[in-house]
Amino acid sequence: MEKKRMYIEIHILVMFLILGSIQAETITLYSGRSKSLVEPIIEQFEKDTGIEVIVSFANTTQLASKLITEGEKSPAALFWAQDAGALGAVSKRGLFAKLPENILSKVPETFQHGDGLWVATSGRARVLAYSTERLSIDKLPKSIFDLTQPKWKGKVGWAPLNASFQAFVTAMRGQVGDERTEKWLRDMKTNGTIAYPKNTPIIEALDAGEIDLGLPNHYYLFRFKKSNSKFPVSQTFFKVKDPGNLVNVAGIGLLKNSKNHETSLKLIEYLLSSKAQQYFVSEVFEYPVIDGVIPNPNLVPLDELLNIVPKFDLNEMDDIEGTVKLLRRVGIM
Amino acid sequence: MRCIINRQHSISHIRQRWYIFIPAVVFCICGLIPLGYLIGKAFQLESSSLVENLFRWRNARLFLNTILLTVGVLLTDILLATPAAWLTSRSDIKYKRVFSVLCTLPLAIPGYVIAYALLAIGGNNGIFAMLFNWSIPRLNGYWGALIALSFYTTPYLFLNLRTAFLGLDPSVEESARSLGQSEWGVFFQVILPQLRPAFYAAGLLICLHVLGDFGVVSLMRYETFSYALYVEYRLLFEHNYAAWLALILLTITGCLLCLESVLLKNTDLHRAGHGTARTPSVITLQKLKKIGYTYLCFLFIMTVCIPTLTIILWLFRGFELSALEGIVEAFLGSIGVAIPVAFVCALLAVPFAYINVRYSTHISNAIARIPYIVYAIPPLAFALSIIFFVKRTDVTVIVLITACILHFLAEAIGPVRSPLYQALPNLEDAARSLGCSPFIAFLRTMFPILLRGMLIAIALVFLATMKELPLTLLLRPPEYETLAVNVWDYTEEAMFAQAAPYAFVILVFSAIFVGLLIRKER
Repeated sequence: MEKKRMYIEIHILVMFLILGSIQAETITLYSGRSKSLVEPIIEQFEKDTGIEVIVSFANTTQLASKLITEGEKSPAALFWAQDAGALGAVSKRGLFAKLPENILSKVPETFQHGDGLWVATSGRARVLAYSTERLSIDKLPKSIFDLTQPKWKGKVGWAPLNASFQAFVTAMRGQVGDERTEKWLRDMKTNGTIAYPKNTPIIEALDAGEIDLGLPNHYYLFRFKKSNSKFPVSQTFFKVKDPGNLVNVAGIGLLKNSKNHETSLKLIEYLLSSKAQQYFVSEVFEYPVIDGVIPNPNLVPLDELLNIVPKFDLNEMDDIEGTVKLLRRVGIM
Repeated sequence: MRCIINRQHSISHIRQRWYIFIPAVVFCICGLIPLGYLIGKAFQLESSSLVENLFRWRNARLFLNTILLTVGVLLTDILLATPAAWLTSRSDIKYKRVFSVLCTLPLAIPGYVIAYALLAIGGNNGIFAMLFNWSIPRLNGYWGALIALSFYTTPYLFLNLRTAFLGLDPSVEESARSLGQSEWGVFFQVILPQLRPAFYAAGLLICLHVLGDFGVVSLMRYETFSYALYVEYRLLFEHNYAAWLALILLTITGCLLCLESVLLKNTDLHRAGHGTARTPSVITLQKLKKIGYTYLCFLFIMTVCIPTLTIILWLFRGFELSALEGIVEAFLGSIGVAIPVAFVCALLAVPFAYINVRYSTHISNAIARIPYIVYAIPPLAFALSIIFFVKRTDVTVIVLITACILHFLAEAIGPVRSPLYQALPNLEDAARSLGCSPFIAFLRTMFPILLRGMLIAIALVFLATMKELPLTLLLRPPEYETLAVNVWDYTEEAMFAQAAPYAFVILVFSAIFVGLLIRKER
């Protein structure tokens, strides 16, 4: 009797050991994209593939700092960031592995790192937001350089300390040169442009009547419109090829020191699939980075957008350091 | 009214009570490692770059802004909290405990939520415009930051003062009255001096809060030193210049600590006579009672109702039930950190308060103030240094809990220190002479006296941890959720309706928890 019980016990023990060793495949992801935005699509990936994704959500720049501080001991396999600047900082420190050709070939060259260290997963645009109570569309400035005119004195809001604004200034330097960018920044400052900490407060200030024009990213307004269709703010682009129009991206890279690159790459592939891209377009109000996605009726179609924006190179956007120097010189930060 | 007892007498205890220094020294070593990291980072910066960046007019202006705001908030807090603390401890108004809980509640609301709430009042489509059809300008700049930060830091002073008021020995006041002092005279010449340790402890915390705040000042568009610091930490370079800014903040903290230490020198507030203190007498307010109620209600409406109302209004901005899915998990995650942190901090505060009050050597003074230095290290720098030194931060939540204990201990010391100042030191000697071991003597005599302060310390640290964000974001294990993280995540994406229930649970549970502690007080 006693012996039999012992056998059973050993049996169970062995079974546990075997079960323990066949672990489900897992991916550790550092996500600088908000949980509220991307959790549904990650869960869908888990359901579709049976791969478990262990996600650490935090602010993009803080996660990049964390990755850089952790260096080689980082548990992360993938870093999904909200802007190209953070991806640039991590790739500059040599932490990313080159992505395979079958992934890079999925997206146009404008939407990937020059050496293939990361790819964009979706696009976001810089726009001109305005109060529909105080301005009509024909009264709007046609170029970002018009914002320095006296008639807009104290009526424009921006978020100069925000990463997406700095990406925009970096792109502008590439297009019109440092000198003209610096002059524009100085003129904006003397024209009493009001500095907000980030994009959401710009939209709220437009609603409150504090400002008439603002320079945010394109998708925040939709969240306000979603609950209140009469929300008195609207947005548009500047004239074709104006430096004020810009596409920035969210993107993802694979950490060199992680294990199981194969498994991790499956998530990147999934994010570039039409299923995930459709999710970004329909639910998050972002631009796709692949063709064949049904456009969101609220958004300008991607090919049209690419016509409006000036030629840009995402790789140039990692010279945030130069932009920061400029912003410091002008006294904005 | 003050009695200077023979200091030699207390110093002779150092050898007997050496074990009190063990937890304190261990804490100091752990807490100062991040400081070392910060100094290391700072000295990696080339001196030319340092001079170019640091000595700019802009920094001078930010510095001045910071000082103006700190002084303003401190004065406003004194004006707001002193009457409230007195009313809820010494007057004969009813529902004292309810009011005490209500006055503590602003601590449960993240600073940036208070700022959002105050911003929501004004403007074309603000609450005021909706109610009265009249648009008032939104708060911003100095006054906006001053009001929001004062509301949010008042409870620190309130709780510290209340503990001190409750520990007052009425016989001192009675002797002053019998010597012909008027009621006001008694208040200003007898009571106020006894409140000094509480004022200084809370004042320090308030200053450190203002010096380190980012959420409020950024939304109110008032640029301070910490604003610049956060912006630097958001950049993805080596953070060397940011480390310099942090060191400057720490230097200011150091100056404040020296000032406090000088001001508190030779403070002995315990009774000198025989016997033990009675419970403080209650002062009847008669006609003034109504003013008392009005004042407390005003404070409650301004500091708690307006933010709560804003949170409720958020619900009408497109709430979806799916947001509630993670709320239980987030709640458990929040209390899973906040409760251990609060209890450990309250316990750890005892040796620190003891060293602070009973010993007066330079070393003991320095050790007693190290928690404040640790507290003043910007949380982002603190978290990054832990990531640098600990092999893996993502395996267990213990790393996060330890970090929070190190960071928040300073908040626990003030309330524990006040009753210790008022307690008679030879009480323990008496217990020892009756044959108790030092530890038992402490447990039987001092512990009951300290308990009131410890409960308040638990409340303070608990509330602070419930809304803690920067440390949690960087040091939590993957998929470890807290309420504050969810509030942040949703507001960051302008999904205010989804953030509302999470903010609400923090508020309600904090109220219940603080209520329970204050019930236990007697």
